[in-house]
Amino acid sequence: MTAQSCPRQHCATTMDSAALEPSLYTVKAVFILDNDGNRLLSKYYDPELYPSMKEQKNFENNVFNKTHKADNEIAFLEGMTIVYKSSIDLFFYVVGSPQENELMLMAVLNCLFESLSQMLRKNVEKRTLLDNMDGVFLVVDEIIDGGVILESDPQQVIEKVNYRADDSPLSEQSVAQVLQSAKEQIKWSILK
Amino acid sequence: MIKKFDKKDEESGSGSNPFQHLEKSAVLQEARIFNETPINPRRCLHILTKIIYLLNQGEHFGTTEATEAFFAMTRLFQSNDQTLRRMCYLTIKEMANISEDVIIVTSSLTKDMTGKEDVYRGPAIRALCRITDTTMLQAIERYMKQAIVDKVPSVSSSALVSSLHMVKMSFDVVKRWVNEAQEAASSDNIMVQYHALGLLYHLRKNDRLAVTKMLNKFTKSGLKSPFAYCMMIRIASKLLEETEGGHDSPLFDFIESCLRNKHEMVVYEAASAIVHMPNCTARELAPAVSVLQLFCSSPKAALRYAAVRTLNKVAMKHPSAVTACNLDLENLITDSNRSIATLAITTLLKTGSESSVDRLMKQISSFVSEISDEFKVVVVQAISALCQKYPRKHSVMMNFLSNMLRDDGGFEYKRAIVDCIISIIEENPESKETGLAHLCEFIEDCEHTVLATKILHLLGKEGPRTPTPSKYIRFIFNRVVLESEAVRAAAVSALAKFGAQNDDLLPSVLVLMKRCMMDSDDEVRDRATFYMNVLQQKQKALNAAYIFNGLSVSVPGLEKSLHQYTLEPSEKPFDMKTVPLATAPITEQKTEIAPVATSKLPEKLAPCRQDIYQEQLAAIPEFQALGPLFKSSEPVQLTEAETEYVVRCIKHAFTNHMIFQFDCTNTLNDQLLQRVLVQMEPSEAYEVLNYVPAPSLPYSQPGSCYSLVRLPEDDPTAVSCTFSCTMKYLVRDCDPNTGEPDDDGYDDEYVLEDLEVTVADHIQKVLKPNFGAAWDEIGDDNEKEETFALATVRTLDEAVNNIISFLGMQPCERSDKVPENKNSHVLFLAGVFRGGHDVLVRARLALADGVTMQVTVRSTDENVVDVILASVG
Repeated sequence: MTAQSCPRQHCATTMDSAALEPSLYTVKAVFILDNDGNRLLSKYYDPELYPSMKEQKNFENNVFNKTHKADNEIAFLEGMTIVYKSSIDLFFYVVGSPQENELMLMAVLNCLFESLSQMLRKNVEKRTLLDNMDGVFLVVDEIIDGGVILESDPQQVIEKVNYRADDSPLSEQSVAQVLQSAKEQIKWSILK
Repeated sequence: MIKKFDKKDEESGSGSNPFQHLEKSAVLQEARIFNETPINPRRCLHILTKIIYLLNQGEHFGTTEATEAFFAMTRLFQSNDQTLRRMCYLTIKEMANISEDVIIVTSSLTKDMTGKEDVYRGPAIRALCRITDTTMLQAIERYMKQAIVDKVPSVSSSALVSSLHMVKMSFDVVKRWVNEAQEAASSDNIMVQYHALGLLYHLRKNDRLAVTKMLNKFTKSGLKSPFAYCMMIRIASKLLEETEGGHDSPLFDFIESCLRNKHEMVVYEAASAIVHMPNCTARELAPAVSVLQLFCSSPKAALRYAAVRTLNKVAMKHPSAVTACNLDLENLITDSNRSIATLAITTLLKTGSESSVDRLMKQISSFVSEISDEFKVVVVQAISALCQKYPRKHSVMMNFLSNMLRDDGGFEYKRAIVDCIISIIEENPESKETGLAHLCEFIEDCEHTVLATKILHLLGKEGPRTPTPSKYIRFIFNRVVLESEAVRAAAVSALAKFGAQNDDLLPSVLVLMKRCMMDSDDEVRDRATFYMNVLQQKQKALNAAYIFNGLSVSVPGLEKSLHQYTLEPSEKPFDMKTVPLATAPITEQKTEIAPVATSKLPEKLAPCRQDIYQEQLAAIPEFQALGPLFKSSEPVQLTEAETEYVVRCIKHAFTNHMIFQFDCTNTLNDQLLQRVLVQMEPSEAYEVLNYVPAPSLPYSQPGSCYSLVRLPEDDPTAVSCTFSCTMKYLVRDCDPNTGEPDDDGYDDEYVLEDLEVTVADHIQKVLKPNFGAAWDEIGDDNEKEETFALATVRTLDEAVNNIISFLGMQPCERSDKVPENKNSHVLFLAGVFRGGHDVLVRARLALADGVTMQVTVRSTDENVVDVILASVG
């Protein structure tokens, strides 16, 4: 029993010292889920972390189940530090190593949320997000590149992406749509 | 105005996801419009989005279809729609690994990265570097260098980050851009600074001097980016760790100065760095702890979490340093974020007094079901530590643990609880029965084979010695009926131990055994048959040898010996004594595991140290006829620290010989040593047979030389000896920079410290789980007894530790722990003497003025008894 536990302890200690290995690779993964826990967008930057799609989705499910009830901002799951934020029917997650500076991860999460909020004119909800999915992909691409924080200022991100969200002005059939989406929004804000 | 997405999607998608029912084949079909002229940017954009969305959902694209879509996509570079172009870059990056011939877009991307449109340039660089390999990198090197120093920040950042990604692949090429990176580091843009610093560090990290210089420069000039500051703090603390620099070094001052930075991120990074430094004194910790204390009342959950997690770490080593924060931590107990509350409570459990334990435990049990497994493990670890600190609280803890054991939870969590209960049982004999009862209840419904077998093993060990062993039989036999093979086998072994130890239970155990002999699994049947036969003999010695105290050989060693035996068929039966013994586990130091230590790392069972030595020595022709390696000692330093040469010695004992392995390191960079050997002059009748020199010893590369010594045959009791050692070698001076040695050298020697061989070097530790049975098994044929007075020793603890380290034997039955406030103690030691003779020592200690010790030694060999007694005296 003792002999078996020794190597593990060894690993634990080496991990501890490896913790502070200076590197720009801060973000392990980022993902956006809807209010059923379905993946809308997700990027894994560390090839060793959940290499297969099945493991990724399991991880996302587990994270969603543990976080969607309470808006707690930060959690520690499966040996990963996870910062998160929800908006109407969306959940945003940024994942980092257990030794990562939590505030750096928060900076990434805030930047992601603020950028999307600006781009989508504060309508940070699933329908608008999906209608502007191309812009969302571009925003994520401007904030994180291969796990390195590329930009942390939402204003800069918006300028770089230079994306115009659909206005869908009141015309023809879109009146009904606007009403529909307004209804949805109200519904969700009440349900929440 | 056309709505971006089809109306059809809108209606079907129950108000939500227009991408929900995408078909890969349909999307690829749609991608054909990429070839239409003129290009319709809106529709193409929509289709590209769908493709990327599908890839993101984990849809698998075949090489052919991906390549087809990719080539169609390349046509879209003709359009000047900005978003469309940007989505093309994304598609290139996403498809880089699944499509063929992606390099076809190189020229388009190169054009964009050097073009006039700043919006395109950064993303184009990143896409280009994603598809570039080492050979092609040279072709775009010129552009990369220009891009790194470009005045547009997004271009410079993109180039720097892409270079960083490529360092892994083409270090040599990227290394040539170090001057450009240096220039970028003085940019005004905070992200460019950060990325340049990161790249520079990665290029220079193997050159400690360059890193130090770089750090000095940046700490003086002062960067603006908080990210860059965090990076510098990490670099500085790594340098401190490597150089073992004292805390008066400028690096430490820099980190400490960061505690006053205006960004919380930097302040926290600095505090965390200080906390993680080894050997930090309480005074050095104080400023870090006080900023963490401030963070505890921050409105931001992430900051509170970070602070309390770090304080928890401090509390492990320096509980007193955290007591100042107790009030702030108390406020966090009711934090709505349960992770924060858990960490706060476990920290308080470490720093608080015994009286607060009950209150905290009550608090924690109110929400333990709400927190994640990771934090439940933290709680269990805190309880485990607490039980060691306040043994009197074990009944409260045991209650709490048994409740936790009943709740749902994953394997890691359950294992932590079981381990904790087991350690409580071992520490507190009075809690044994309740603990075993909880564990019995647990295995009634336990899905984890590992835990069930572990508990069954424990029941077999402890159960028979409780007042009512019969009540455990039912729990154990239930396992035989209900569980998987591995658990059934473990249950059979446990049953056998009850039968062997309790005569009145023996008949019933035999009946149960008979039933097990009809099991469907081979292993279970084999074990049952084996134990059945042993038990029926009703001989104490057999029971001891085959049921209580199993094999003590090293398993890899046994495998090797058996393999060897099958290769060379002989008439002789296989001799177990030729198998090297397992090195007994070093008594576990309860190191405090990091609170949230991840268990994701693969648990490799590292080959045992001695097995490695065995391999290494067997590879040297001179040492092949010596038989199996019996024992290897811990390394002994033969030089002072900081001398020209560093030499340490490992003593390897064989049946009739010893090999001394000298690990030498040459710390002079202007010398090359050759033909290095250590000459030994024994004080006793030991005979040096052979030296195996290390052929060459360049600067800072360790090498080993060996000396073979024959032990005196005529006098088996001569076990201790002192050797005076001199290192002899040929010196060749060399150029410190190139390492090129001069043509000729000169002989020189260096006197080392004396090397002692003691009785401990001849004895291998062996753990006898049931000492009493082993004691009876050996019998009193060679028993001898003597009484000694240890005048210089003041406490029983000290005496016990002295005896253990002197004899180098394994303490059994946890007799190395002396209960508090006792005047007498019995120490049980077990080992195997060189040559394979079992030896057991029972030492009765009594404390009066000094310690009186009555030593009884039993062994299978008479000489060994004499050796031990002679050496004690």
